[in-house]
Amino acid sequence: MTALGAGRARPRDLGVRVAENVLFAVGLPVLAVGLWAVWSTRSTNRFLVGPRALLDAFRQTWIGPAFVDDVLPSLYRLLIGLFASVLLGVAAGVVIGRLRPLREILEPLLEFFRAIPPPVLIPVAMLLLGITDTMKVVVIVSGAIWPILLNTIEGVRATDSVMMETAHSFRISRWDRLWLLILPAASPRIMTGVRQALSVALILMVISEMFASSAGLGYRIAYFQRNYLIAEMWSGILLLGLIGVFLAVAFGVVERRVLRWYHGMKEVNRG
Amino acid sequence: MRKILLGAAGLLGFLVVWQLIPTLGLADPHDLPYATDVFGWLFQEVRDLAFWRRLRLTMTSWAIGLTLATLAALALGTVVGMVPFLRRATHTTVEFLRPVPSVALIPLAVLMFGLQMRAALVIIVYAAFWQVFVQVIYGVADVDTVARDTARSFGLTRAERLRYLVLPTALPYLMTGLRLGAAVALILAVTAEMVIGNPGIGRMIELSRSSGDAVGLYGLVVVTGVLGLLVNVVFRFVERRSLAWHQSVLADEAAR
Repeated sequence: MTALGAGRARPRDLGVRVAENVLFAVGLPVLAVGLWAVWSTRSTNRFLVGPRALLDAFRQTWIGPAFVDDVLPSLYRLLIGLFASVLLGVAAGVVIGRLRPLREILEPLLEFFRAIPPPVLIPVAMLLLGITDTMKVVVIVSGAIWPILLNTIEGVRATDSVMMETAHSFRISRWDRLWLLILPAASPRIMTGVRQALSVALILMVISEMFASSAGLGYRIAYFQRNYLIAEMWSGILLLGLIGVFLAVAFGVVERRVLRWYHGMKEVNRG
Repeated sequence: MRKILLGAAGLLGFLVVWQLIPTLGLADPHDLPYATDVFGWLFQEVRDLAFWRRLRLTMTSWAIGLTLATLAALALGTVVGMVPFLRRATHTTVEFLRPVPSVALIPLAVLMFGLQMRAALVIIVYAAFWQVFVQVIYGVADVDTVARDTARSFGLTRAERLRYLVLPTALPYLMTGLRLGAAVALILAVTAEMVIGNPGIGRMIELSRSSGDAVGLYGLVVVTGVLGLLVNVVFRFVERRSLAWHQSVLADEAAR
């Protein structure tokens, strides 16, 4: 679509096209918020709030000390958990992917562990580790590691065998082979795994705090709900949504950087 | 054959290690019970009707949730995917709503529906919907332009085009979406029971945690794992069956 657009690009059209894109991007959201505002002035449903009230609640609830006390620790645990999952998942995935007997021994076991719904592990982690920050990070890792691990195994397995043999005959060291061939070759699959892990990690962050915590984003939202602070509760949902969107956008940027060569290659193949 | 033997050896090894950890005193049996105890407990449970009744409740909300999500995603996804204007207009909205973690809606669902299955359904449907919806949009938009123009010039009606052109193109995507949606729906069915407290396997897990019944807790984790595995296997099977004519499956078969 971009190629087609670029071919027609005349300076006169440019402004029109940008305006059109912006309109398409914000049209529906603006329309929806507008309808919502009108509707909220007439509605008597006490569980729903209008955009105005929501924004006020958002400002009062989250901007200020609550951000430092509740939101930042949650995000900190989320990021630590994600980094640990990527590190462990990729490291273990490379080893398991390279060693065929090990892979065949572990395969059914890994399939089983991946199939366990991750939130089920929260009570187990509470039993083994108590209600601590470590427990929450462990819970995030224990859920987020599987998509990364399994995708890394697949990616490493699918490394081009001719390239591997070429690297062998050129006596490229084990270490260099890992960094220059295996990891880059597996990176599209690894990134797919990380994207899946992202949403799992976010769910686990919220649930682990709803379950076993006296602080954090998940705890706050559950607390607002139990005390019928409706607008505050909605503002928490909004904040979680914003975090989800932010994570998705940030990941998109990282992915484009890491996989630039890959997308470029696909373009060439297609063209 | 070799694969099956090695895999079985792996499973057996895991169970032995599990049994050895509390036996050697590396963990308190109250925190990590013996594997034999857990499987003994499981053996007793599967002969108890109450267990199957709870399992049925969980799977009922899973099935209803997945069905509702699929129907909604199919209808909306087909319309949005086929009309380029709608696709462009909804893009930002979809990209904003999709990453919202469905568990964030738990408090809202509880307020609106109380501690019932309906509250759980809200969350299950929301989570599974996006998985299927996005795939359907991709699938419907993927129709080959030459094939589409050919169908037009042969004067195929709208219904015929849906049947012979759009459906075959979108089916692989739909199947992928269904498989992903089924797994996500199961996760949220169990999670909702744990957090909201509507009866089912998830509530049992929470109850055995709060009563300190470690054996039951581990047994139930194994049960959910088996459930997840079954859902994966069944949907992979359905996927292969319904796409038996498709290039990707045919190439796989030929390679065997």
